[in-house]
Amino acid sequence: MAKQMHDTPNLDQLEDGPWPSFVTGLKELAKDKDYVVDLLGQLEESYKTRKGYWKGGTVGVFGYGGGVIPRFTELKNEDGTPKFKDAAEFHTLRIMPPAGMHYDTATLRQFCDIWDRHGSGLIAFHGQSGDIMFQGATTENVQKAFDELNEMGFDLGGAGPAVRTSMSCVGAARCEQSCYDEAKTHRAVINTFLDDIHRPSLPYKFKFKFSGCPNDCMNSVQRADMAVIGTWRDNIRTDEALAKTWFAKHGMDELVNDIVARCPTKTFQVKELKKIKTGEHISTVAVSDTHGIEINNQDCVRCMHCINVMTGALAPGQDKGATILVGGKSHLKIGGLMGTVVIPFIKLDTDENLEKLVDFAQRTIDFFAENALEHERTGEMIERIGLANFLDAMELDVDPAMVNSPRMNPYVRTDGWDDEVAKINAKKQAA
Amino acid sequence: MNQAVQAAAPAAKRKPKETGVPDNKKFLHPSLEKNYGNWKYHDRPRPGVLHHVSHSGDQVWSVRAGTQRQMDIYTIRKLCDIADTFAEGRVRFTIRSNIEFIVSDESKVAPLIAELESNGFPVGGTGNSVTMIAHTQGWLHCDIPGTDASGVVKALMDELYDEFRREEMPNRVHLSTSCCEINCGGQADIAIIVQHTKPPVINHDLVANVCERPTVVARCPVAAIRPAMVNGKPSLEIDESKCMCCGACYPPCPPMQINDPENSKLAIWVGGKNSNARGKPTFMKMVASGLPNNAPRWPEVADAVKNIISVYKEDARPWERMADWIDRIGWPRFFEKTGLPFTKYLIDDWRGSRANLNASTHIRF
Ligand code: SF4
Ligand code: SF4
Repeated sequence: MAKQMHDTPNLDQLEDGPWPSFVTGLKELAKDKDYVVDLLGQLEESYKTRKGYWKGGTVGVFGYGGGVIPRFTELKNEDGTPKFKDAAEFHTLRIMPPAGMHYDTATLRQFCDIWDRHGSGLIAFHGQSGDIMFQGATTENVQKAFDELNEMGFDLGGAGPAVRTSMSCVGAARCEQSCYDEAKTHRAVINTFLDDIHRPSLPYKFKFKFSGCPNDCMNSVQRADMAVIGTWRDNIRTDEALAKTWFAKHGMDELVNDIVARCPTKTFQVKELKKIKTGEHISTVAVSDTHGIEINNQDCVRCMHCINVMTGALAPGQDKGATILVGGKSHLKIGGLMGTVVIPFIKLDTDENLEKLVDFAQRTIDFFAENALEHERTGEMIERIGLANFLDAMELDVDPAMVNSPRMNPYVRTDGWDDEVAKINAKKQAA
Repeated sequence: MNQAVQAAAPAAKRKPKETGVPDNKKFLHPSLEKNYGNWKYHDRPRPGVLHHVSHSGDQVWSVRAGTQRQMDIYTIRKLCDIADTFAEGRVRFTIRSNIEFIVSDESKVAPLIAELESNGFPVGGTGNSVTMIAHTQGWLHCDIPGTDASGVVKALMDELYDEFRREEMPNRVHLSTSCCEINCGGQADIAIIVQHTKPPVINHDLVANVCERPTVVARCPVAAIRPAMVNGKPSLEIDESKCMCCGACYPPCPPMQINDPENSKLAIWVGGKNSNARGKPTFMKMVASGLPNNAPRWPEVADAVKNIISVYKEDARPWERMADWIDRIGWPRFFEKTGLPFTKYLIDDWRGSRANLNASTHIRF
């Protein structure tokens, strides 16, 4: 039995209503833990005053420079002692989950036992970076908890100016849209940069995220410094049986209004069967005895919409790989930035091809480490130096797939034009 | 940032095993491992259930349930019990902290759903539902929060409970909430983000000891901060006519307190989309601000969000995400239909803002 609970009239109101309540969970923990009794006391104070009361500090585990988020209370009595002394230290361990966030229950139960012994008993699946967050341990217990989690085969994630923990979608494990082995790629890349994860020494954070198709379930385009988004180059595949099943259920109105009208390039057409064209770049499939679909894949931007609506009837092609975008980030400091295309297509089907991605990631991080200003993300760095300079340093060929449109102003010095054209022609000839 | 002080352990310090991201193969449900990379299609037999079919003919049903994300070990053990009974001892989590149980026997789906719901875990969050809110740490654990995260989410999901368990929206609705303007919650169809309205209040006694002053000066997006001597001590001062109250100076310099119980408000943003489906990914846009930070249940925020959701539900066509819908109806109609006031603060004047102005006569009357 733990000590007596503090009054928590505000938090109590978060026990009402049908959604699972974290307050109810904390109160369960507080039955045995003075630690959580005082955590609830401090949190109630925040609810009362509408202020946060944690400050950072320096806590870590032996051998690593990051991965623990230190929290010390700032709620003090007049004499400087903590108001809620049992929760005066409430550090979080960020632990990297398996790719795709799959677990067996034996592992989860072991997490619970470890965190019962050494921590508050509060675990988040998962934080916004993708870490399992073991929330709430004293400075003394951080090392003990880490040692046991580490012996289980789990490792700390990133914090501060470091390569951060990554996320990959469920992908090949359970999704028909998967265009590469997300889990394998995730591990191959991230486990190359463990030193940069565990010993923060970059200008600022660097995030990778891995989505298996352009639906981008990992939100990589707007949160990753390097987004690896699956795509394909050949034709959309079709399955007549599933197409007919879909059409029998949904009919012509939905086919026209929900797909034809919403294809961003209008390359998706419905026609009478006898008028349907065939050709090297054309996908066709009958939906009924009279009508069928015709897609000219050269005009398809691989947006996924028609495939999402008619899953199985339509599917990504077989020449799969990924598009690499660099520089996504959230608001601070110059406003949100989307990642932009730097590699329109890369195959990721063999170890050798994976190695090419890892090598590109390594060179990007090296360049970032050397050229970014303190507290500057890759997107801000590229905005400052210009994409062309970044591509040059990365030895990437420029490609019109990297822009929305060519330049709209004349403010550029072009005296190297002829040399560039000569280089492009020479490359073409060599290919 | 956090240069770790090594715990003052004596002699035998254990060296970490730098194992990195663990291999997920041993954690996969057996059918997922067997059919890895070989899935053919899926459908949704009911809200909260995905049915995947493999080229091999194998089938799996994934039952998705909402959680509180910040979970106590008793809740986790309960979920494990359920997984052991129904789902071969395996679970996975989605990016929005929903839990998924995978079964290869259809007859287990209904009893699994019943078991989850009788234990208080709502089944839903699939397809065109309002799914779980992506959220951050807030007062519970962040060092710079303007508000709480778990509490806002709990209060809102109580209100959106039915929409989580149904699939009645035009398309999926993603929500996020962030406790400061850094926006860790990310882009969403509807996002709730703290919006400060007053410049930081500086405790000049502490600045010299706590803050690296050049770093703080460099952090300000509008160069409003400069070094100054105040009361004979080196400190910082803010040009309040320049400051736009973003709070970027607060993390590197906690004596520049930006959070204020009254003046830190909540803003609502709409139309963010990460997917490439149909249009390109979009950033969300601010459509309302000035909502009070009214813990513990934020009723004003809940009303505003529910209002936008209900107008969207009523008005958008099938497959239109929030951004697609607004693209069709236009901003004037969006403000008209939602009844939200369009104020001058919603006209962008940050860098690149001219691209957000209407340089045409395209106007819907
Ligand atoms: S995937 Fe291609 S064909 Fe299908 S809707 Fe998108 S652009 Fe059109
Ligand atoms: S709140 Fe933002 S704009 Fe104001 S001084 Fe701080 S960093 Fe600058």
